[in-house]
Amino acid sequence: MTAASVTAVPKRRLRDRLPVVHQLRQSVGLQRGMLVAGLVMLTIFILSAIFAPLLAPYGFAQRKNDAGAFGTQQPPSLEHPFGTTVGGYDVLSRVIWGTQTAILVIIIAVLLSIFIGVALGLYAGYFGGWVDRVLVVVFDAIYAFPSLLLAIVLSIVISGGQSNLWAGVLAAAGAITVVYIPQYFRVIRAETVRIKAEAYVESAKVLGASNSRVVFKHVFRNATRTLPLIITLNSSEAILTMAALGFLGFGIEPTAAAEWGYDLNKAQSDVTSGIWWTALFPGLAIVFTVLAITLVGESLNDLADPRLRGRRRVAQAAGEVAQTSVVPGGALYAGPGGLAGLEDGETFDEHGIEVKR
Amino acid sequence: MSTVVDIRNLGVSFSTDAGAVKAVDDVSLSVQSGEVLAIVGESGSGKTVTAKTILGLLPETATTRGAVILTNREGTRESDIITVSKQRLREVRGTDVAMVFQEPSTALNPVYTVGWQIMEGLRAHGDVSKQEARAKAIDILGRVGIPDPEERIDHYPHQFSGGQKQRIVIAMALVLNPGLIVADEPTTALDVTVQAEILDLLRRCRDEFGSAIVLITHNMGVVADLADRVAVMYQGVVVEEADVHTLFASPQADYTKKLLAAVPYVGHGTVKAAERAAARPTNWLEQPPVVEAKGLEITYPGRFGRPGFQAVGGVDLVIRPGEVLGLVGESGSGKTTIGRAIAGLTKVTGGSLKVLDAEMNGIRERNFRPLRSRIGFVFQDPASSFNPLLTIAECVAEPLVIHGRAKDPRAARARVDELLEAVQLPKAYGDRYPHELSGGQRQRASLARSLALEPELLIADEPTSALDVSVQARVLELFAELQREFGFASLFISHDLAVVDLVADRIAVLYHGRLVEEGTGIEVLGSPVDPYTQRLLASLPVPDPAAQAERREELRRLREAD
Repeated sequence: MTAASVTAVPKRRLRDRLPVVHQLRQSVGLQRGMLVAGLVMLTIFILSAIFAPLLAPYGFAQRKNDAGAFGTQQPPSLEHPFGTTVGGYDVLSRVIWGTQTAILVIIIAVLLSIFIGVALGLYAGYFGGWVDRVLVVVFDAIYAFPSLLLAIVLSIVISGGQSNLWAGVLAAAGAITVVYIPQYFRVIRAETVRIKAEAYVESAKVLGASNSRVVFKHVFRNATRTLPLIITLNSSEAILTMAALGFLGFGIEPTAAAEWGYDLNKAQSDVTSGIWWTALFPGLAIVFTVLAITLVGESLNDLADPRLRGRRRVAQAAGEVAQTSVVPGGALYAGPGGLAGLEDGETFDEHGIEVKR
Repeated sequence: MSTVVDIRNLGVSFSTDAGAVKAVDDVSLSVQSGEVLAIVGESGSGKTVTAKTILGLLPETATTRGAVILTNREGTRESDIITVSKQRLREVRGTDVAMVFQEPSTALNPVYTVGWQIMEGLRAHGDVSKQEARAKAIDILGRVGIPDPEERIDHYPHQFSGGQKQRIVIAMALVLNPGLIVADEPTTALDVTVQAEILDLLRRCRDEFGSAIVLITHNMGVVADLADRVAVMYQGVVVEEADVHTLFASPQADYTKKLLAAVPYVGHGTVKAAERAAARPTNWLEQPPVVEAKGLEITYPGRFGRPGFQAVGGVDLVIRPGEVLGLVGESGSGKTTIGRAIAGLTKVTGGSLKVLDAEMNGIRERNFRPLRSRIGFVFQDPASSFNPLLTIAECVAEPLVIHGRAKDPRAARARVDELLEAVQLPKAYGDRYPHELSGGQRQRASLARSLALEPELLIADEPTSALDVSVQARVLELFAELQREFGFASLFISHDLAVVDLVADRIAVLYHGRLVEEGTGIEVLGSPVDPYTQRLLASLPVPDPAAQAERREELRRLREAD
């Protein structure tokens, strides 16, 4: 047996296996630029949410300090770098505190919709039957509703007209959840239906594995590979829905939490009278956050697809010739690949040659 | 004789996620007009990349070096494919060189008629009126052997059979009368009887149309049947180039010798089968069979009130303890369906199927589950039969864990190591992930998994058809060894008569869901009774040009007799 000559394959380092870090190392050129820019912006967003109490010069509901009231609609100055609003709040502080509200909405919305959507998708996809058909029809029907209308209805149901921090956040997150469950459901269901027909699921069945074992051990872990992408793209929409709710007057009271949509709403009349700072900065904050998340999501999406993934050109006649399976029993060198490098229907050998099947 | 294409010092490198990879290294080849050059090699040897370079079809990630000089039929135009402009490349494709793809069902666009697709090529090269183009298309369809071309020109691809689709793809390649046709595995996706017809057609391309052909294949039988000259590629270089008779009679390179030795021949297994039969105990025939089918029927339900499709009908077969039954048939003959029914993956709809004394017709999964520990299953594609997120050891340990022989994969590790050793994989491979193993290694791990519970019955569904020929030989050898050691009964499903012959005690031939012939290897392969078996046997190309020429004659006689 030729196995004696097997060379050990080094275990892939941790930094190559972490989801985003792996993609970062893999990317080149413009795609890398996009990803890096998105990640940097996202980091700024998250840091300012965490350190809002330290970064913001004033509280989000603060209208006066030791020196007296701030005054309303003050232009930017040293005390108030972004000016003050018509309600007499400091714009900079509210922009910074607003990140906390935004991040809360994202987390709650994504968590809720992911758990419900994935569970239902797995069940419907694997077992099929009438449950599957009913769920598909119901979720298709939800697509027909404008998401903002749903959000407004939910915010009335949840908060009953009052709008403190949690009622506002839950209203926005709940509305987003209802709209996004179908997306997670569809993706997971489609993946499950595909994986159900894969030979490894059948082989588990042939071995006599129970349904729960097949679903959790084999289907679930393989079906969730695309989730990070949907999560990033949905997060940006969550922020937009939140802002739209606030803008329409279903937002959070300024005394309960800082919310960009609410500030934009109040800034409407300012714009016509030449007061630009009350609308510009909350608006920029929304654009900045959505752009950050979208950049990360889109570049992850591109990198996940080998046809869209950019690569450096190689020099003429560069590289090693790939080992083919001539040693009886197959090539003795195993490949690196890794989970992310594994595309359907192809494998990578030692030198990364794509072996199509 | 003039040179149609001259490849000089061609080198191709790809940029991949793991850095630069060289696929072709300093290859020089030339093809004369009216000649068939076969490029053979295993997957990854660079044969397809070489062929695609001739048409300038390499992806953007490729970097090329050297020259590919293509001359048109009249010898009036020469172009170096590697350096020409895109405009010129478009002119050359179709008129000077054309391609025949591997999978005819994906090479044709399903939403256009075949006539439209043939005329598309004509209209792209020069000013042809619609009537002219149509007349030409009808003419070419007739010449490649499509009956009633005037009518069938307006049919869509799905209205043709697989073999006819490949004829249409060849017609598309021929319609502009190119001097060179590149055929990339043109018969790999086809059944063996259809393969023989397509090979005949390609031979006519050379003889009647005078086209030179570059034939890419891994099947030495196809090479012996069609090629004039052979280039053997290995790891990106041409290791041997000779005319077909010299190559098969006296191969020079070590690699070629190994490759030829690994090709299974019909008739090699009969001796072994006779030995096994002689060694059986005398009361063997009285033992209760492991699998017994009587009038087995399997019908797939139709959609929305349409009648179902009967995949298997009226099949009787018996597998006794410790016996290997080879099940042979073409795609759609129902051989896989029978294997799946025995494993409880497909419902039996009629007749009787007894597996390990359990009646499968109407059995409930709950009652069958305990029996599963006594049945092993090896799947066709080793790439997809392992969960990519589990290590090999975890995969192999799964049956042990499911049936309570071990608490978790770690507790089963000692047994897993034994099993891996039994299939001749080093123990350390247990810690690897499936994609880190080659196809042959994975198929061996698959064998280890199916044998983990020491089953009485092993169902092997085309276990070697996804593997290269040298790997296939090794896996088949291992299968025979394990069968001797463990003594399991087995249903060995394959489309390849030569493979079945190597491992099976008895051979059963399926045709359209019915068992047409059954018997020992000597009976079925030596003197087949059923006309279908005869045709199947005669269609199988043998890797010997002289013998293959004789067989071709015989097949022609058989066809005329029909």
